Amino acid sequence: MEQENSNVQAIPADKDKIKKIWRVAGILALVTAIEFGFAFGMAAGDVRTFIFIFLTIVKAFYIVAEFMHLGHEKKSLIYSVILPMLFVVFLIFILMYQGSAIFDLLH
Amino acid sequence: MANTAVVVNEGSPWRGGVEPMKASYGKLMMWFFLLSDAFTFSALLITYGLIRYSHPAFEGAISDFAFSQEYWPIPEMVYDAIPFVHGVHLPLVFVGIMTFILILSSVTMVLAVEAGHRMDRKAVEKWMLWTIVGGLTFLGCQAWEWSHFIAGTDIAKNVASNNFIGANLSMNQYGPSNFAALFFFITGFHGFHVFSGVMINFVIFYQVTVGIMEKRGHYEMVEKVGLYWHFVDLVWVFVFTFFYLI
Repeated sequence: MEQENSNVQAIPADKDKIKKIWRVAGILALVTAIEFGFAFGMAAGDVRTFIFIFLTIVKAFYIVAEFMHLGHEKKSLIYSVILPMLFVVFLIFILMYQGSAIFDLLH
Repeated sequence: MANTAVVVNEGSPWRGGVEPMKASYGKLMMWFFLLSDAFTFSALLITYGLIRYSHPAFEGAISDFAFSQEYWPIPEMVYDAIPFVHGVHLPLVFVGIMTFILILSSVTMVLAVEAGHRMDRKAVEKWMLWTIVGGLTFLGCQAWEWSHFIAGTDIAKNVASNNFIGANLSMNQYGPSNFAALFFFITGFHGFHVFSGVMINFVIFYQVTVGIMEKRGHYEMVEKVGLYWHFVDLVWVFVFTFFYLI
């Protein structure tokens, strides 16, 4: 199918907006680099695991709030998405507890 | 009675006939779908945690580490290969490259959405094409990762008194059978989402090139598939942490 020629005049890009997008990309790359630093520079253990999870949540925050634009949506939409995720937090706690209980049973 | 319109609570965003969350139906439904998918992936990843922590961990220095059925393997000793470089121990390098590619494809998707807001068709095409390329590259990398994982390392490991190399759903050389099963299931489920995302992105890319969005007067469809693509990236961020770092 032939490509139709564009009849619409594009609005020129706002340099600041583009810069902000690349800034968030840089933050994500930086946090990932920091994670790698901890992966090789710190011994495995609960503290390191906690640091990894914290940094991952930082990355998740930037992806959801900026890339997915949720941070700029109406409050009711933000809460509709974020509040049900509290169930996931609950699930993490109870299943980690179960995992260690199974461990104690098996070993 | 048929001619009178009853206005409920005029001024309230919930009065009907308006968008209460200032988002279109399509965008709202995409968000709610992503929420349900987030539940699915959360359940899978948390169950991974449950199963993993019901196995013993390796106690001791990394230099003493050897694959065994008795304990869960150390990830950086399993995922230590990159294509075209055989036998060199490069822990987590390849998966770092994969993460970089996927995050970059998310950035190009944001730029495509931004271009759509300005009705800049050529820019939308360019950035969506880069996003598709990034997605396909990630899939290729994941396919290589799987084939290397399945093929195994050079030295056979003693698995259930057989010399076994590689991995399948019932046994693997790296550790307990759950290790491989969970790797395939979770990265496979995520990879399937990446694949469907690439397909959907391609359809929308095509629609942009033939002028459907322009005729419509807005590029909101690009924004909606962009949400799905960012979700795929977001899941990878968590899979990367739980499978490769911890």
